[in-house]
Amino acid sequence: MSTSTDISRLIKRLVVVVVLMFAFGFALVPIYDVMCKAFGINGKPDGTAYEGTQVIDDSREVRVQFLATNNADMSWDFYPEGDEITVNPGGVNQMLFVAHNPTDKPMTAQAIPSIAPSEAAAYFHKTECFCFSQQVLQPGERVEMPVRFIVDRDMPKDVRHLTLSYTLFDVTARKPPVAQVSQ
Amino acid sequence: MSAVIDHGHAGHDHHHGPAKGLMRWVLTTNHKDIGTMYLWFSFAMFLLGGSFAMVIRAELFQPGLQIVQPEFFNQMTTMHGLVMVFGAVMPAFVGLANWMIPLMVGAPDMALPRMNNFSFWLLPAAFTLLVSTLFMEGGGPNFGWTFYAPLSTTYAPASVTFFIFAIHLMGFSSIMGAINVIATILNLRAPGMTLMKMPLFVWTWLITAFLLIAVMPVLAGVVTMMLMDIHFGTSFFSAAGGGDPVLFQHVFWFFGHPEVYIMILPAFGAVSSIIPTFARKPLFGYTSMVYATASIALLSFLVWAHHMFTVGIPLTGELFFMYATMLIAVPTGVKVFNWASTMWQGSMTFEAPMLFSVAFVILFTIGGFSGLMLAIAPADFQYHDTYFVVAHFHYVLVPGAIFGIFASAYYWLPKWTGHMYDETLAKLHFWMSFIGMNMAFFPMHFVGLAGMPRRIPDYNMMFANFNMISSIGAFAFGATQLLFLFIVIKCIRGGKPAPAKPWDGADGLEWTVPSPAPYHTFSTPPEVK
Ligand code: HEM
Ligand SMILES: [Cu+2]
Repeated sequence: MSTSTDISRLIKRLVVVVVLMFAFGFALVPIYDVMCKAFGINGKPDGTAYEGTQVIDDSREVRVQFLATNNADMSWDFYPEGDEITVNPGGVNQMLFVAHNPTDKPMTAQAIPSIAPSEAAAYFHKTECFCFSQQVLQPGERVEMPVRFIVDRDMPKDVRHLTLSYTLFDVTARKPPVAQVSQ
Repeated sequence: MSAVIDHGHAGHDHHHGPAKGLMRWVLTTNHKDIGTMYLWFSFAMFLLGGSFAMVIRAELFQPGLQIVQPEFFNQMTTMHGLVMVFGAVMPAFVGLANWMIPLMVGAPDMALPRMNNFSFWLLPAAFTLLVSTLFMEGGGPNFGWTFYAPLSTTYAPASVTFFIFAIHLMGFSSIMGAINVIATILNLRAPGMTLMKMPLFVWTWLITAFLLIAVMPVLAGVVTMMLMDIHFGTSFFSAAGGGDPVLFQHVFWFFGHPEVYIMILPAFGAVSSIIPTFARKPLFGYTSMVYATASIALLSFLVWAHHMFTVGIPLTGELFFMYATMLIAVPTGVKVFNWASTMWQGSMTFEAPMLFSVAFVILFTIGGFSGLMLAIAPADFQYHDTYFVVAHFHYVLVPGAIFGIFASAYYWLPKWTGHMYDETLAKLHFWMSFIGMNMAFFPMHFVGLAGMPRRIPDYNMMFANFNMISSIGAFAFGATQLLFLFIVIKCIRGGKPAPAKPWDGADGLEWTVPSPAPYHTFSTPPEVK
């Protein structure tokens, strides 16, 4: 038969397991991000600018489509200047997105990119993107925002068509913009 | 209350019976009292969750909106799932564990009787909180029992905070219950009761308790993240702040898939005791049953994304989760094979516990097969979020978990009450439940394959006939459960006195004590050969 010290030792161990599993639930958050980055999955592109350069591959063409969506409650006008361009892997390309704040308040927005199909995300490099920072627009202000990108030469051959989509979120509450008094 | 049972003091009076009056139930630390309370609580929740289901089926009786508004319909599907999973099935198994595990391993009580009392009383608090949300402004939770973010965060009704606290309380209760079960099984076994002599119900509960300890904290974690997203401006699941709603599904299903095994493993154990009794043969393949249960539990941590085939996980992920899921069918198949072999050439009789157990084996297998269909990732793109999934999980949960609980209840009612239940009525209960449940859930396979989505209050005309059949079956099944209530009350109040061992093929320590089981049993440990 066991004694009560056996029981309390067992219970201490079980409580440790409970605490560790609670922590593990939270640890899944960074684990998830690391996995998505490491494998370029979930259409989550790298959030930093690509520094490298590549030789243009003239033998291959890839169609890139652009989408712009407002998240719920977002009141800006937000759209790409063109719907689609055809690019050669390796070359640097640019697309302009237009944002306009029709309200009478200064607002801050954050665009979140996503690539489809998701296996292409790891091969889509942005050298410059408005999504790397937040946009502050004064009432009525309108801007053209560039994204410059390289489609990797190593992108699997069966991907001939990809979509870059941005969802624009209103983050004014989190990052209050500084109102401009006058120029 | 001077008569509070106090197991902390060695040698303290062990001869008194239960205290008198209401306070007996509030303050009791007796495993039989607590087991009884868990079982009654679970039955009350079964009726409550069942009445939500009746609202759902009444609305779906015909296409079009007749009885409730879509907003309320969504609250009904959500509450039905939550109440059945956390209020009916899980507490019923904890109740059976409380009653039977000490009797089966020859222990005087659960290892931690005070905590036992506390973990029970958390449940009424949790469910009062949960059900009260239905009366709040904006209504109760309406985002499905799987509460996917951002539906349950950004777009949730204000009552979601109460839902979160209710889940926290239930989680606490389950974790404490699980710790208690593990401590009892590992420390309080009678001398000679080696691990490999334990009845399978004890084994499956031991493994279930470890599953609970591993995943209930993750559930607590995911609702805590929701709470922080809603009230403290974090963005775990909000893409605006760099979070990801798909992350929610990963964390949820890391809990959710083991949770479905938490709801079935104790039933596996119970029918593994019942089938040998009524086949009058020892269980075929005891050792392989233990290993099969353990491997099901281990594999259940590696398959969660089969609920997420359509969210856009990479091809290798789809393949991994597809094969891992199919692998679970192997130990499950071993179990079904063992039950069938136990019955093979046995001298079987079909009292109510056996009827429910045989139906369990057959119908659970049907649920396993539809599970295999869903596990085929490319096919799941068609089946996902249709009534086919609803058919699948009701086939594993109703004739699986619920029939397992009914079988256990009839099997041990003579031990609990000291009376035999009314066999004729119990058989009627079985056949009505059997017909009702098949009528309710079998047509769902067809409408699901034909494309009827789940969680909708209205549907295309072409699904009308099958839905009407489903609803009639569901009403029959629901009404029949009142018969069960009647049978149990009748059995408590009287009936043929039950001998210590009412089933001649039964085996186990619980049958060595008189019926009804005295308030204190095994104060001196029995000798196990
Ligand atoms: C051979 C065994 C099993 C296999 C292969 C299997 C497979 C699956 C798959 C692939 C899904 C996801 C379907 C979808 O959403 O598209 C699913 C859903 C589900 N399964 Fe199973 N399953 C098995 C056994 C069980 C058991 C034993 C239970 C519970 C006792 C269970 C309960 C559920 C539940 C509740 C859902 C739906 C969850 C929801 O979305 O609300 N399954 N199953
Ligand atoms: Cu699952």
